[in-house]
Amino acid sequence: MKIIIAGDGKVGNMLTNQLSAEGHDITLVDSNPEVLEASIESYDVMTVQGNCASMEVLNQAGIQETDLLIAATSADEVNLLCCMTAHGMRPGIHTIARIRNPEYSNQIYKMRDTFALSLAVNPEKQAAVEIERLLKFPGFLHREAFVGGRVEIAEIRLEASNKLCNVSLNELDSIVKCRVLVCAVLRNGNVVTPDGNFVLKAGDRVFVTAPTNNLAILLNNIGTITKKVKNVMICGGSKIGFYLAQRLQKSGMSVKIIEQKKERCIQLASLLPQVTVIQGDASSQALLYSEDIEEMDALVTLTGLDEMNMIIAMYGKKCGVSQIITKVGRRRNGNLLDELELGSVVCPKELCCNNIVRYVRAMQNQTGAAVTVHTIADGQVEAMEFRVNEKTIHCNEPLKALKIRKNVLVASIIHGGQIEIPNGDSCFTQGDSVVVVTSSDKVLYQLNDIFE
Amino acid sequence: MNYKMMGRFIAQILGIEVIFMIPALCISIYCRESAAIRGFSWSMVMIALLALGLYALCRKGKKRFYAREGMVCVGLSWIVMSLMGALPFYISREIPKYIDCFFEIVSGFTTTGSSILPEVESLSKGILYWRSFSHWLGGMGILVFLLAISSLKGSKGGYTMHLLRAESPGPNVGKLVPKMKQTAEILYVLYILLTVLNILFLLIGRMPLFDAVCTALGTAGTGGFGIKNDSIASYSPYLQNVCTVFMLLFGVNFSCYYLILIKQFKTVWKDEELRMYLGMVFGSIVLITINIYGMYDSLGETVRHAAFQVASIVTTTGFATTDFDLWPSFSKAILLCLMVIGASAGSTGGGFKCGRALLLFKNMRRNLKKALYPRRVEVVCNNGQMMEEGVLSNINTYLSAYVIIIIVSFLLISLDGFSTTTNFSAVLACFNNIGPGLEAVGPTCNFSGYSVLSKLVLIFDMLAGRLEIFPILMLLSKSTWKKG
Repeated sequence: MKIIIAGDGKVGNMLTNQLSAEGHDITLVDSNPEVLEASIESYDVMTVQGNCASMEVLNQAGIQETDLLIAATSADEVNLLCCMTAHGMRPGIHTIARIRNPEYSNQIYKMRDTFALSLAVNPEKQAAVEIERLLKFPGFLHREAFVGGRVEIAEIRLEASNKLCNVSLNELDSIVKCRVLVCAVLRNGNVVTPDGNFVLKAGDRVFVTAPTNNLAILLNNIGTITKKVKNVMICGGSKIGFYLAQRLQKSGMSVKIIEQKKERCIQLASLLPQVTVIQGDASSQALLYSEDIEEMDALVTLTGLDEMNMIIAMYGKKCGVSQIITKVGRRRNGNLLDELELGSVVCPKELCCNNIVRYVRAMQNQTGAAVTVHTIADGQVEAMEFRVNEKTIHCNEPLKALKIRKNVLVASIIHGGQIEIPNGDSCFTQGDSVVVVTSSDKVLYQLNDIFE
Repeated sequence: MNYKMMGRFIAQILGIEVIFMIPALCISIYCRESAAIRGFSWSMVMIALLALGLYALCRKGKKRFYAREGMVCVGLSWIVMSLMGALPFYISREIPKYIDCFFEIVSGFTTTGSSILPEVESLSKGILYWRSFSHWLGGMGILVFLLAISSLKGSKGGYTMHLLRAESPGPNVGKLVPKMKQTAEILYVLYILLTVLNILFLLIGRMPLFDAVCTALGTAGTGGFGIKNDSIASYSPYLQNVCTVFMLLFGVNFSCYYLILIKQFKTVWKDEELRMYLGMVFGSIVLITINIYGMYDSLGETVRHAAFQVASIVTTTGFATTDFDLWPSFSKAILLCLMVIGASAGSTGGGFKCGRALLLFKNMRRNLKKALYPRRVEVVCNNGQMMEEGVLSNINTYLSAYVIIIIVSFLLISLDGFSTTTNFSAVLACFNNIGPGLEAVGPTCNFSGYSVLSKLVLIFDMLAGRLEIFPILMLLSKSTWKKG
């Protein structure tokens, strides 16, 4: 498929990496020649320098043959104008724009047709939703939802005190006392697709598939003490901070935001009257102390600097905050972050990319495309949800009789209202949803791709 | 430096070379030329073994590949490819000395067309075909061919850009479409189409098939190896005109053809380099026609010879229909200027390139103005687009390297005692990939009189000229091979 990506920033780059690997023809547009030069030397793409909202530049980028335009520049207005211009030049085109300003979020939805948007993505809002979900279930580093939130893949880090340490997966069920499936383990930065004899060790990051209502049982039985989160401290009153505070406040938590800029504080205070807004430097330990960091159930670091976020998170850990969520802008040092024990790490750009990649795959393969796509384990594993339709082969055949591709695992089958964690005798029929986990490079566009 | 990956590339290129020797072998078998058959078959076996060995040695390795690797890889591949490509000449004993074989095939691959052979008609058909074919392959570039046929998997395909930049001529090499493989395919499809068209036009003029194929291959690569001793002179005026037109066509930037194909006629029409190229050709033809008027029987013949020689020189092909060494000085001077400027960037022609000369001129004009008004801010534009300062300074560097190589080569080959004009034109002819020079290396003469040292210098010049200096110069630099 021919795709134009306008804006070669972090999201643009992440998308280029993913989409060019999937074999699409990508043209990058940006006004900065240096970033374009860097991209053309790392990916098999073409670049056009200029303003992506101008007809001339879009023409140069070959808009007339393009199927999809993704506008991810730093300015919302430019993104919108870019999509409108592109749509005007080529009415059949699909457009995706990144719109981050909260003030626009309502009108974007109502005026989608006027703006000619096929999809509007808001990384900050998505990140806020993700963080909220994590806060609702302390104990998991990540949670990815499938089938409307009924099945999840949750990530647990095994501390040395965890009951699961030195337990082989065959014995797992007897300890957790509910049906769960370990679909991947991240050990020393490498992904392992485990079998029954695999023994878990301290320091592993384990990815577990389970029905959502089993998650509490799971946590309980492995000895992770979970306390309902009531008091949350948010460092940094950025857009994510705003979205998050808004949501948490609605669900009845007490929220405290620390923000350095006075004007922003005033703005936040007027937008969120029930939230405590503190003006001050969140990296100052004295300030955190005076704001009762030790009493907090959760700490979310959302400042604009990754380094600052990490340092605050480490300090929070030391102060005994049980749940810590750190936002990072780039995942390049994935391994390093892992060793720092920063709690859950959330990368808004990554969430946004996943969303767009899913849209692209669905476009390419209208029927049978993945309904949900999540990347887990630092981007090394993909978890996808598919619907079983009339084109799906091997329906009603037990899994053990099928030849499934290496490094692909069927993680759960949802049959009607029943959630099944599959074993060799399980099978799926038309109308079911299937969650598949893969760590291979080959992209699964539809369910049939999992078979050899 | 990622030697293993470079090794893999070179092995693949040798593999392609073996495959491309098959037609030459078939021609030799068809014509029952035992020496040539022996030459090709032994060469193919040897090259294939070498390629397999190299590939086995470099099978596994890291995928890291940067600008430095790209340059060195292109430089080395061309040298290895030439060393191996010379084998058929040597094994078949049709050219006795290996250095001469090497000179001949480098001249072929770099689309120069300078020969060390006093006469070519006694060569066997297979060898003649291989000479002409080397032009065709070298014209568009063998690595570009490799990029077109190999499937590149994974996201990290960006390194191919380094290869394209190192092998394709021009100051500002870019892709036509997002995918490198498709870009390379488009280039080769256009190239093949134009070549086939050329063959057809020559066949219509009743040229024998073998002659037509060889002439077209030589024209397409803007090479200039003929299969007759008098080059194109003995063919009919119609055939000469066909050659003139096609030489000029192959001297145009290939992205112009792509733009025509996707119906962007306006962009092509407004292309500044194309305008300069056509203007220069037309102006030179008019001036030379006036200058040599009276030397030939009719005005038509005068124009035909003038046009052919101008096309042949400006595109750096090097075919000849008449001995321009006998022309008046002014005409020879025009040809010498055309030799230096050369064809368009992104074409199969050599030389300094019109696009580069144009930017150099614009840059000079700007800097002169700046001397008058020091605070004046002005940018250099090409086709309405601002050129980066980096591109401009690169062109200045290129010019310096260009001049230095000419001076050093000129000094070195002057040891052989030929006249100054001969030496100077020999260096220009080789470095700009033209072929014939003036006086003792003129269109009716050849390079066999030079010593081994001079031949090596000229071989270096030809390679440096075809690959636009840096990839070859890079191989001589100590810092290229230093670790870390």
